[in-house]
Amino acid sequence: MQVVSPIREHLVTGGKTLHDITEDISRHVEGNPTREWKMMFGISLAVLAYGGYWAYQTWFHGLGNWGLNKTVGWAWDITNFVWWVGIGHAGTLISAILLLFRQKWRTSINRAAEAMTIFAVLCAGTFIFFHMGRPWLAYWALPIPNTFGSLWINFNSPLVWDVFAISTYLSVSFLFWYIGMIPDLATIRDRATGLRKNIYGAMAMGWTGGARAWARYEDVSLILAGLSTPLVLSVHTIVSMDFATSVIPGWHTTIFPPYFVAGAIFSGFAMVQNLMLIVRVVYKLEDYITIEHISLMNKIITVTGSIVGVAYITEFFIAAYSGVQYESYAFINRATGPLWWSYMAMMTCNVLSPQIFWFKKMRESIVVSFVIAVVVNIGMWFERFVIIVTSLHRDYLPSSWTYFTPRMGDIGDYLFTFGFFFVCFLLFAKFLPVINMAEVKGVLKSSSEKRTKK
Amino acid sequence: MANKKYILGVFDDDEDVLNAVSDVRDKGIKIHEVYSPFAIHGLDAALGYPRARMGVSAFLFGITGTSLAFLLTFWTMGWDWPMNVGGKNFIPFPTNIPIAFELTVLLAAYGMSFVFFGMEGLSPMAKPIIFDERITDDKFVMAIDLEKCGASEKDIIDALKHTKASEVNVKEI
Repeated sequence: MQVVSPIREHLVTGGKTLHDITEDISRHVEGNPTREWKMMFGISLAVLAYGGYWAYQTWFHGLGNWGLNKTVGWAWDITNFVWWVGIGHAGTLISAILLLFRQKWRTSINRAAEAMTIFAVLCAGTFIFFHMGRPWLAYWALPIPNTFGSLWINFNSPLVWDVFAISTYLSVSFLFWYIGMIPDLATIRDRATGLRKNIYGAMAMGWTGGARAWARYEDVSLILAGLSTPLVLSVHTIVSMDFATSVIPGWHTTIFPPYFVAGAIFSGFAMVQNLMLIVRVVYKLEDYITIEHISLMNKIITVTGSIVGVAYITEFFIAAYSGVQYESYAFINRATGPLWWSYMAMMTCNVLSPQIFWFKKMRESIVVSFVIAVVVNIGMWFERFVIIVTSLHRDYLPSSWTYFTPRMGDIGDYLFTFGFFFVCFLLFAKFLPVINMAEVKGVLKSSSEKRTKK
Repeated sequence: MANKKYILGVFDDDEDVLNAVSDVRDKGIKIHEVYSPFAIHGLDAALGYPRARMGVSAFLFGITGTSLAFLLTFWTMGWDWPMNVGGKNFIPFPTNIPIAFELTVLLAAYGMSFVFFGMEGLSPMAKPIIFDERITDDKFVMAIDLEKCGASEKDIIDALKHTKASEVNVKEI
C-alpha cells in the first residue's frame, strides 16, 4: 500500500467514511435547491436577460454599438475572448496535468473546475460569433469550399487554427468531464427512484463498477490526461499566435505562447478559487475543500503570477534591447501613455498582489484568498486589454491616434457571457455531483484524517 | 431465460476484497467479477485480467486524425486551389502542424472513448445487472456465477466466510 508522510496535511477531514462521502455530495443533487442557490440563480438569470438584450442588439444590428473606431478595431470582444479562454484552462490543467503528476489533492476540485472550463470556453466561443459581425455566416470558418467557388479557407491563418483548437478543446474537455462523471452518476442512479432513476440511469450509461471496467476506465483517464495536457498548452499557444504572427509592435513577440499559457493558468486558478470558495460555503464542503486545498491553489497562483511578471519585464527589456523604435515606443506608450492606468492595474493586480501569499497566514485565510482571486481575474482582464488596445490606439500615423472608450454594447455583451456562465455553473452545481465522489473515495484511505491517525 | 444464481460476497474494505480475491481463486473458484465504488489498484491483476491497453485504439485513431488533417491541408492548399501567398510554398508544412495536432487529439480522444464504451457496453440504453445497489456507495462485492465457477454452493459460501466478507448473499437474476 501507499505510504503517506505524516507531515502531509489531510485531504479529507472530519473522519469521513465512504458512505459519508456519498451522502455529503449526493445530498445537494437530490434535495431541493437552497435559498442561496435560488437567489444566485435569480441574479444570474437577470444578468443573462439584460446581457441578452445587448447580445441581440449586437447580433442583429451589427457591431456599431461597440466603442471601436478606425484605429482601435479590436478591443473588448477579443479581450473578453482571450480572458474566457484563459479561465477555461484551469479545469483541464487540474484534472489532466495534476493527474499525470499524481497530485491527489486535485480529486476534490477537479469536477467543478472542469465544468467551469466547459462553460468558460463556451463563453469565449460566444465572442468569436460576436465579433464575426455576421454570425449566421460562422460556418465560413469551417474547412468547406466557400459559396462563391472552390476557394478554401486559409490554413496558414492562426484564426483558422483557433477554430480547430477551441472546438477540439471544448469537445475533449467535455468528454473528459463526462467520462469522469459516469461512476458518480451511477451512484446517484442507485440512490434514486422513479423518473430520476431513469434520467440518471441513462446518463450513467449502465455503469456497474466491475473490475474490468475500472481497469479500462483508469487507462482511458490516464490517456485522456496525456492527450489533454499538450492540448491545453496548444490552445493558448494558438490564441497567442493570433497576435504574435501579426506585425503590430507590441504583439509581434516570440515570448507570447509561454507567457499566455502561464497567464491562462494563473487566471483559471483564480476563477476556480473563487468558485470553490463559494461552493465550499454554500454546500458546506469544508471537509473536502480544506484549507490545504486553498493554500495549494494559492501557491500555484503565486508561481504563475510571478511567471507572468517575469514575462512582462522580459517583454519590456526586449523591446528596448531590440533597438526598433516602433517596438520601444509601443512599450513606453503602454506604461506611460494615456492608458497608463490599465498598465498599472495589470502590474499591481497580477504581479504584486499574489506575492502576499508568501505569508502562510495569508495563504490560509479564506477572505484574503477570495479577494486576491477576484483581483487576479480583474488584473488578467486588464492584461489582455493592455496588450490589445495599447498596441493599437497609437498606430504608425500620429494623426489617427485615438483613445478607446467602451460603449454599452461592449459592456452588455460581456455581461451576457457572465450571466450565461453563472447560470450554467449553478445548474451544474444543482443537478450534477460537484465533487468527484469515486476519486475522493479512492484517496480516502491514504489521506483522510481518520485513517492516518490509526 | 432461466434465472442465473450468483453468490455475492460483500466487503466493507478495498484491501479485504483484494485479499479475498486471491484466497478464493486459490481454492479454484472462478470469480465472475468484483464490483467496487472506486478503482482498486492491482485488482485487475489479482483477478488475472490482461492489462488494459486502451492506448492501442488511441494511437490508431490518433494517427488517422494526423493523416486526415495533412491530407486536408495539403490537398486544399497545394492541389485543389493552390494559393500564392507572397511567393511562399504552396504547402507550408509548419503552418499545417497546429491543425494536424488538434485533429490527432480530437480523433484519439473520441475514438478511444467510444471503443471503451463499446467494450464495456456503456450506452444510455444499457440495462445493467446491478448485484447490489450499495456497490456505487461503499460496498465491495465479489460475484460468483454458480454455474460457471466449478464449485458447489456450499464450498463457495464456506470459502467466502473464511475471508473478511461482512455478508454472503445468494441472488438469482
